[in-house]
Amino acid sequence: MRQILVGEADFDSAALLGELESLGGGAVASFMGVVRGGDGLTAMRLDHYPAMTERALADIAVRAEARWSLLGLVIIHRVGELRPGERIVFVGTASAHRAAALDACHFLIDWLKTEAPFWKKESFADGESRWVAARCEDDQATARWGA
Amino acid sequence: MAVQLLYFAWVREAIGRDGESVELPETIVTAADLVDWLAARGGGYAQAFANPSRLRAAIDQSFVQLDAPVAGAREIALFPPVTGG
Repeated sequence: MRQILVGEADFDSAALLGELESLGGGAVASFMGVVRGGDGLTAMRLDHYPAMTERALADIAVRAEARWSLLGLVIIHRVGELRPGERIVFVGTASAHRAAALDACHFLIDWLKTEAPFWKKESFADGESRWVAARCEDDQATARWGA
Repeated sequence: MAVQLLYFAWVREAIGRDGESVELPETIVTAADLVDWLAARGGGYAQAFANPSRLRAAIDQSFVQLDAPVAGAREIALFPPVTGG
């Protein structure tokens, strides 16, 4: 089972986990990213490159499926305007045993951070807004999985 | 042949448009050549493309290094490093 979705709509993480749990494996792992509050952040806008995004996510999914024996894989990434506390991204994996699900989930979110065409812009209470800068820690996190 | 250029994030904002169709002169061999050519237009283009180390590119919807050849490309996107997830 593979589900990849990019859109403005919120998603039901419990339902997604339920789908992964129903695949007959013994392990389900997931990561969810939420808009971080604080520092006067009022909103975050996520832009993307629509013609490329789903293909980039599918490529990342193919890499994970080639490397680990997965029964299911879910990637949901929201775009558009989001407020602190709102869900941004969900990655879920199911496998027979825990190592594959945990490692694949970690790989997927690390790769999403550096290999998928999304850009975040933060808006603050004082009226300022700025594009989020890429972090070299994210590149290092991706690099540790090898090419 | 006309190539569709696409701009994202602060590149788009600096230029004030999200894309355009251009005829590339034969002197443009790589994506880096394209960046230099666009920067020479001045104004918002100069601001967006002055520093190639801050830019990334995709040709026909696949990430490439800036030294990648642009021959045969239908769509070239220029943007900052990605920040999703």
